[in-house]
Amino acid sequence: MSGNDRVAEKLDELYRLVSRRLSGDYEVDEFGFDPELTEQLTLPVLRPLYRKWFRVEVIDIDHVPAEGPALLVGNHSGTIAVDAMMLQLALFDEHPAHRRLRLLAADFVFKTPLLGEYARKTGATLASNPDAERLLRAGELLGVFPEGVKGTGKPVWDRYKLQRFGRGGFVSTALATGTPIIPVSIVGAEEIYPILGNVPVLARLLGIPYFPVTPTFPLLGPLGAVPLPSKWFIQFGEPISTEGMSDLADDPMEVFNLADRVKETIQQTLHSLLERRGGAFR
Amino acid sequence: MPHSKPTARSSRRTVMVTGSDRYLGGQLIESLAADPRVADVVGVETGAMHNGALSRLLTRARVDTVVHAAVAASAVRSGGRSAQKESNVIGTMHLLAACQRSDTVRSLVVKSSVAAYGASARDPAVFTEETELRAKPRGEFAADIADVEAYTRGFARRRKDVTVTVLRLAPLIGPTSDTSLTRYFSLPVVPTVLGFDPRVQFLHIDDALEVLHRVTLDDRTGTAGRPEVFNVAGPGVLLLSQAIRRAGRLAAPTPEVMLRTVATAARGRNIVDFSLDQLDFLRFGRVVDCGKLTRVHHITPRPTPEAFADFVAGHALMSVLGAPDPTPDGPSFAERIRDVIGTKGTGD
Repeated sequence: MSGNDRVAEKLDELYRLVSRRLSGDYEVDEFGFDPELTEQLTLPVLRPLYRKWFRVEVIDIDHVPAEGPALLVGNHSGTIAVDAMMLQLALFDEHPAHRRLRLLAADFVFKTPLLGEYARKTGATLASNPDAERLLRAGELLGVFPEGVKGTGKPVWDRYKLQRFGRGGFVSTALATGTPIIPVSIVGAEEIYPILGNVPVLARLLGIPYFPVTPTFPLLGPLGAVPLPSKWFIQFGEPISTEGMSDLADDPMEVFNLADRVKETIQQTLHSLLERRGGAFR
Repeated sequence: MPHSKPTARSSRRTVMVTGSDRYLGGQLIESLAADPRVADVVGVETGAMHNGALSRLLTRARVDTVVHAAVAASAVRSGGRSAQKESNVIGTMHLLAACQRSDTVRSLVVKSSVAAYGASARDPAVFTEETELRAKPRGEFAADIADVEAYTRGFARRRKDVTVTVLRLAPLIGPTSDTSLTRYFSLPVVPTVLGFDPRVQFLHIDDALEVLHRVTLDDRTGTAGRPEVFNVAGPGVLLLSQAIRRAGRLAAPTPEVMLRTVATAARGRNIVDFSLDQLDFLRFGRVVDCGKLTRVHHITPRPTPEAFADFVAGHALMSVLGAPDPTPDGPSFAERIRDVIGTKGTGD
C-alpha cells in the first residue's frame, strides 16, 4: 500500500468517525458510558502524558482478571483525579484483555458542569451501592478511591499517607456481590500538583471541595494546569477473594477489618515503591 | 357492547378508564373494547372525576377493573397549572374514594410516571422499583405524582382485596403523537443546559398502550395491602445531545441560571411547559430498569433508540444541518480523497 493510500484510509476513517458523531450514530450504556468517545478521543489525548511525561510503569497487571468483575481499590492523590485516568489507560493499553475500567465518583462531580458530563461519558458513575453492584453484576471492572477528596486534596507534606477509608462501603459491595478486591498502589500522582494551601472561600463559591494553591497555580494562571513530570508506578496487588461471604456484607466488624487490610497492603506497597523510585523527578 | 361474544359474562371484564378525553385513555378504551375478554368499557373524562358520579357509575355498570389514566404531565394542555393539579390530585382522590366504596372493583391500575424518582446528582444511575422515593420531589408534576402514588398506597392498605398496580411510565414519544417532549425535539434549535448531557429514556406510545392493555386484563393477584409497582420504559438510553443529533437538530447549550429564570417566570403562567423538575431532568436525566415488567408480564417495550427513531421518522423532521450522508451511488468520501491526492484506488 502506498503512503498516499494510507493517508486516504486514515482520512476516510476520520471522516466516518466525525459523521457518526455528528449524526448521533453511536451507543452509550445506561450509565452514560460512551466507549467510542473514550477510546477514540479521550484516551489518545492522555496517552502521551502516560508514556512520555509520567513514564508510567505497571507492575503485576496480570493480577487483574481477563474477564469478569473485580473491584480495584486505589490510593487517591494529585489534586485532580489524574491518577484515575492513568489507571484507566494502564488497564486499556497494558492489560492483555484491554480492559475498560469503570470508576466511581463523588456526587459533586456530577453536579459540576462539564466535569459531570465528562465523567459519565468516560465510564464513571455515582459512588453508591446500587450503581457499584449493578456494574459488578454486569461483569465490569470497577475502580474506587475510598479516600475521596481527602486523598486528592491533602497538602504535599502529607503525601503517600493514606487518609481514612470512608465507611468501607466498597467492602460491603464486594462482599455482597462476591467480587474479588484488588489493591492498587499508585506512586507519582502526589507530585504532579503539590498542594501548599487551600482557599476555602473560593472553593465554596465554585461549589468544589477545595481550591488548591500549588507552586504554579493560581500564580501562573493556565500554565499552572501543566502537571509536574513525576515518575509513576502502578502496582496491582494480589486479589482478595470474597466468595461466599455475602452474609458478612452488613457486618461492620468484618467490613472494617477487610477495609483495613486493603489499606495496609496499599500503604506498604507505596513505601516499597517509593524506595525503588528514589527521586520523584528522575 | 354486543352480547354475542363467546366468553361467559362472568369471566369477562367490565373496565372503567379515566382520561378518556386524552390520547392514551381514548386509545386504551378502543383496544379494550375490541378484546374478547372484555364485556364492557366505560370511559370517564378527566374533568368529570367526582366521587358521587363515579360511585354511581361503578355500581350501575358493575365495574370490576379501573384504569386511572388521567394523570397528565402537561400543565398547558390541562388548561393551566391549577387545573392540572385539580385533575391530577383531586381527581385521583375522588376516584379512589369511589373505588373504596365499591364492592365490585377487584383491580385498580394507576398510570403514574418515572418523574416519581426525581432527578439529581445524588441519585443512582438506574432507578429500580425498590429505589426509595423522595418525600418532597422538586417540581410541580413530580409533586402531583408523589401525591397520586401516596393516595394509591393508602387505598391499597385499606382495600386489601383489590389488586393495585402502579405503572411508572417514561416520557411518551411516537410517530404522530404531540407531547411536550416531541415539541421540544421539534424546535429547530433545542435548548440544553451548558455542561450537562443527561441520559434520556423514552417509551413508545404504542408500547405504553400495549402494556396498559395487558396489565389491565392480567389475572394475577398482587401483594395484598400494597401496590405492585412497575417501571415502563424503552430499555437502553440516548444522551440528550445524541437524541438532538439524531433528530437533525442543533443543540443550544444555555447557562443554567438563564434557564432557571425562564422556568421560574413560566411558573403559574400558561405559556410554556417548562418547570424546575424539567430543568433537573435536563441536567441529570432519568433512567429506569424495566426488568421487572419483563419478568412478571413478559412484555418489553421497544428500546429507547428505536422509539426515538420512529418519532423522528414519523414527524419527518428535516435536518437543519442538511443531508449528512453522501448519496449512496455517488463516489465515497475515500474515493473523493483519492481523486484529490492522486492515488489509484486499490479497491477496499
